[in-house]
Amino acid sequence: MELLSGAEMIVRALKDEGVETIFGYPGGAVLHIYDALFQQKGITHVLVRHEQAAAHAADGFSRASGKVGVVLATSGPGATNTVTGIATAYMDSIPMVIITGQVQTDWIGNDAFQETDIVGVTRPIVKHSFMVKRTEDIPATIKKAFYLASTGRPGPVLVDIPKDLTSPALTYEYSYPAKVKMRSYNVVTKGHSGQIKKAVDLMMTAKRPVIYSGGGVVQGNASHLLTDLVHKLGFPCTNTLMGLGALSGEDKQFIGMLGMHGTYEANMAMHHADLILAIGVRFDDRVTNHTSKFCPNAKIIHIDVDPASISKNVAVDIPIVGPVDQVLAEMLEQLEKTDERNDKAALDAWWKQIDAWRAYHGLRYETKPDILKPQQVIESLWRVTNGEAIITSDVGQHQMFAAQFYKFKRPRQWINSGGLGTMGFGLPAAMGCLVACPDATVACVTGEGSIQMNIQELATCLQYRFPVKIINVNNQSLGMVRQWQDMQYQGRHSSSTYEESLPDFIKLTEAYGHVGIKVTKPDELEDAMKEAFSLKDRLVFMDIYVDPSEHVYPMQIKDGSMRDMWLNKSERT
Amino acid sequence: MRRIISILMENEPGALSRVVGLFSQRGYNIESLTVAPTNDNTLSRLTLTTTGNDRVIEQITKQLNKLVEVVKLVDLTEGAHIERELMLIKLKATGAQRAEIKRTADIFRGQIVDVTSSVYTVQLAGTSDKLDAFIESVGEASILEVVRTGVSGIARGDKVLAL
Repeated sequence: MELLSGAEMIVRALKDEGVETIFGYPGGAVLHIYDALFQQKGITHVLVRHEQAAAHAADGFSRASGKVGVVLATSGPGATNTVTGIATAYMDSIPMVIITGQVQTDWIGNDAFQETDIVGVTRPIVKHSFMVKRTEDIPATIKKAFYLASTGRPGPVLVDIPKDLTSPALTYEYSYPAKVKMRSYNVVTKGHSGQIKKAVDLMMTAKRPVIYSGGGVVQGNASHLLTDLVHKLGFPCTNTLMGLGALSGEDKQFIGMLGMHGTYEANMAMHHADLILAIGVRFDDRVTNHTSKFCPNAKIIHIDVDPASISKNVAVDIPIVGPVDQVLAEMLEQLEKTDERNDKAALDAWWKQIDAWRAYHGLRYETKPDILKPQQVIESLWRVTNGEAIITSDVGQHQMFAAQFYKFKRPRQWINSGGLGTMGFGLPAAMGCLVACPDATVACVTGEGSIQMNIQELATCLQYRFPVKIINVNNQSLGMVRQWQDMQYQGRHSSSTYEESLPDFIKLTEAYGHVGIKVTKPDELEDAMKEAFSLKDRLVFMDIYVDPSEHVYPMQIKDGSMRDMWLNKSERT
Repeated sequence: MRRIISILMENEPGALSRVVGLFSQRGYNIESLTVAPTNDNTLSRLTLTTTGNDRVIEQITKQLNKLVEVVKLVDLTEGAHIERELMLIKLKATGAQRAEIKRTADIFRGQIVDVTSSVYTVQLAGTSDKLDAFIESVGEASILEVVRTGVSGIARGDKVLAL
């Protein structure tokens, strides 16, 4: 066996896990580890400009690739800077391993320089965490961290390692465990066949069914099975914000996103359904509106790998706990065998109703000759990229417009912070996507508010030549805040505008060594968009001025049912 | 409704804080909590009492089960069970009170475990209700100090919470 220092063990364990790239920022408590990184080949380190961005980049890498993202940060402020990124990953169940340096063992608890109890700080936002006590435990702990992060309902796992454990002066025998066994952690590997049978029987009696699928289908690599199921059943399918792309946005049976800013047809269909087949979703408040009024006539089947998601917000009739891919595969098998079929006339009538709803609203918006609407920007982006780009997003109106108007064809094409709603996520996440898919076209849809929350990453993008296309939907205000202020606070725009303090984004981009393109008029947009995407190897920052008064519609009305929506500024259901 | 949840968990630093953190983080109540290692020193047994409707309790048990260090748990109140709590209570005991406190302690099958010329310390075990009743009987005025362990519990009959 080889003798390795703790720092070398960390690097070697990552290699043994198949890790090729990590995202991080050096500092005192991790210097031994950085020295070990320097002296090896095989793992590339991406130096971000703020640890929050390292976490978002690792998260974006994971979302785009399905692999575990890895973050390395130092103790104290390095570790606390990752907190927002960890919480973002936790809320969206993204597998991630965060390695933080800690002050040396005998200083812990003494308020040492750059000491923070990061295990304590992050306790509510990690799937699990470890503080390593002995150098010999490093390989097994890292093995456990990857295993926990990537199995069951995935999530971030933090490993805190005191500096003395990584010292080059002390070496130990290294071996990487082949398997992990934890008596207190047992993942469900198979859904209950009897429950699946019950679900299939119920599905065959449905007259107004809706398939409601979410991020679990993307994370569980089950999109192809979902697509088969949707086609086999002939049911309409809606995706959550996290589930977009699991069924192609161009599929005839796709009725759009549902929820707070879901399509009219998706929300109406949910409300009037007699059966909801919920797959890899968690009945989030941004979907259900008031839970007591949620889908009053529907029986609900819920498939999820996490038993705690079942009947948490909404009581369900047939729970199926298991990995989404396994359950869907068995459901398809059982469907193949059954002679039962849905009442075709009823299903036809249901589709007729849904088509009528679709025709009624269908994400209509009005254009103006002199100023762009944000929706036009997304539609142009979709055309110019042939609907093929990986789109990362920040948080706000632009995020909702991107979700509504970009028709995602495949899973892992739409990368956004759905659960936590983290502004500043988009740009670093795009860097992670480019590490995962170096040949892909990656665009970050953002706003002038969100982009300023991690704009320092423009420097990282230059250093590593990440040719992100930044689509800055610039409405010169915090658009979603402003929309709520318009709708609920009689238009009092409290702290949602910048009083002429916006930077010149073009000059700023150029200062960082990139290309900037400014668009102010509707007729300039398409050509500018084409020009931006023709610059394959460059980061291009498109600063696109849009109508600040535009609102996102539909918008569910608080405390109502799913069908209670504003459809535009003056019309409600 | 009051529930007694009994948890078998890894005897590791940090495990307790995860359990306690879960309750504050998700807005659940903890009325009492007691924890100690078992005969297998890699495992701790934690008993806590909480209140909530069936849906809340279902969520509590599911969320607890999700914690990596939780090995097994049972809601003791779902079946027949024995619950006990230990109390040490220090009481003013002078004059006529001395005999009265002794009598009350006897009635409750408590023991006087420490005596001074003016103070009795009584040890009492039983259900939480019984301890409450004793406190009420001796009266607020004579109480100097109360220490309660919180509820411990075990299922009746063959049912066992062990590995």
